[in-house]
Amino acid sequence: MALGQDVAAKGKPSPRAWAQGEQAIELHGVTKRFRTPSRAFYTAVRDLSFTVGRGEFCCIVGPTGSGKSTTLGLISGLDAPSRGQVLVMGEPVKGVSRRAAYMFQTDAIFPWKNVLNNVATGPIYRGMPVDRARRRARDWVTRVGLAGFEDRYPSQLSGGMRKRVALAQSLINEPEILLMDEPFGALDVQTRTLMENELLDLWSQTSASVVFVTHDLEEAISLADRVLVFTTAPATVKRAYEIDLPRPRNVTEIRFDPRFTRLYEQIWDDLRSEVVAAYERSTKGPDA
Amino acid sequence: MSVLPKAQTPDVTSSALVGEELEAELRERRLGRLERILQVAVFVVIVGGWEASVRLGLADPFFFGQPWGIIQTIWRWSVRGTPQGPLWLHVAVTLEETILAFLIGVVLGVVAGFALGRNRTLAAIFGPYVRMGNAIPRVILGSIFVIWLGLGMASKVALGVTLTFFIVFFNAFQGVREVDPNLVNNARILGAGPRQLSFDVMLPSALGWITSSLHTSFGFALVGAVVGEFLGATHGLGYLVATAQGAFNANGVFAAMVILSIVALVADALVTKLETRLTPWRPAVERRGP
Repeated sequence: MALGQDVAAKGKPSPRAWAQGEQAIELHGVTKRFRTPSRAFYTAVRDLSFTVGRGEFCCIVGPTGSGKSTTLGLISGLDAPSRGQVLVMGEPVKGVSRRAAYMFQTDAIFPWKNVLNNVATGPIYRGMPVDRARRRARDWVTRVGLAGFEDRYPSQLSGGMRKRVALAQSLINEPEILLMDEPFGALDVQTRTLMENELLDLWSQTSASVVFVTHDLEEAISLADRVLVFTTAPATVKRAYEIDLPRPRNVTEIRFDPRFTRLYEQIWDDLRSEVVAAYERSTKGPDA
Repeated sequence: MSVLPKAQTPDVTSSALVGEELEAELRERRLGRLERILQVAVFVVIVGGWEASVRLGLADPFFFGQPWGIIQTIWRWSVRGTPQGPLWLHVAVTLEETILAFLIGVVLGVVAGFALGRNRTLAAIFGPYVRMGNAIPRVILGSIFVIWLGLGMASKVALGVTLTFFIVFFNAFQGVREVDPNLVNNARILGAGPRQLSFDVMLPSALGWITSSLHTSFGFALVGAVVGEFLGATHGLGYLVATAQGAFNANGVFAAMVILSIVALVADALVTKLETRLTPWRPAVERRGP
């Protein structure tokens, strides 16, 4: 690849709107602590501050149990922070946000609804007439490549297909922010790259900002505009990395890009010490 | 096995069974047949032994009855009617009491279990009393119900309800409590309000628990009806047992029991059908065995 192109790409990190300085998500000095069963406090995140621009794809990587999921819970409004402030589109989050969609780590689609009704759930909950919601759902089922499976129940689908249902179920609400908690973690490697490409494709057709939590650094770099490295709990942002790889990307091929390797080495250097710290803590028990 | 030509891929699914496969299948079939034969043999040995020991004078048919006598009694009852009226009437009365008790018990149990499962405060207030109520031996209540509600159907239904209610209640309660928090969170994110959470997420989720309690609770509804009839009634299979017992007619007691178990088996099959209808999304393997 020519050097000039490389520089040009760096100078103009992304053609998308987030470069213009509007923020979709802002966290200001957020702390969240839980009561453990032994009545002690467990601080999952402490003094966490970061922002996600509009239309930006932001990945959070960090060791296991570093408060990544807690962070998503706070942004979605499922949990309230103990201290600090969370803003979505400039407004403080009070209760579950209507602007957000959330893809969970484990299957969270409804086992008693077939594919079509699962996808139609969001619009129906938000007051759309049932037959209109079904029509829209049919369209989304096709878009995630499940046409012909409308009448199947989740127990009759493969893991990858269930993830597609979950993706359609999230995107049909046309969220302004899309929160994803290791959504593809349980899939095999081939299905996973397929789903990642699909996600990038669907996302590029929307203006949604994405916060994607993962512990897989390769996945993070290949998807994101920016990667945030979290420390072990209580979590804060250790460092943020701009990922200036060109879009549209192919997740399978981008891994062979020399810039990808360079970024990987840089970020892994940062992440490694946190992973080691988290591992040592988990082997020594909670008092260490 | 012959060597196949290279271009032709062997179609395993459609080709005939060969060698070990065939042998394994035959072995499987032989084992199945043996199981079937042993199953029948157990019945023959027990019932045949019973009949033989009566005929050989080892057992007194006055106390122990006699299979042949039982069959004759059932035949007589079904053709000429029982001394207390036609047989179908007794079966119908018992079934009616059972179904009424089952329906009322299930509805009350689901409503109460759901309400207490969904509302913490209600659970805290009424929980201990429900557990206390469950601890009472319900059969004792049968006598009270006969005094309160008379010899008619109401006292039997009441007894059946007290038996079924608690089973369904505890299952519904547990079902609501054990709803996957991920599903609840997902529904909340998708925009569900409290009503939608209750009826579109919690209820279907608890339905698995509730339907699996239906078998047990139907059995208990039947127990309630029969015990109620036994304690004091003018119709029903329990009443037949009681009158046969009063006349020292062992064959009559057994005949009523046999009819009762046939009724129970048929009803159980119907409940299984109902279960499949209520939870069509569950894979067949999850359903319970024998």
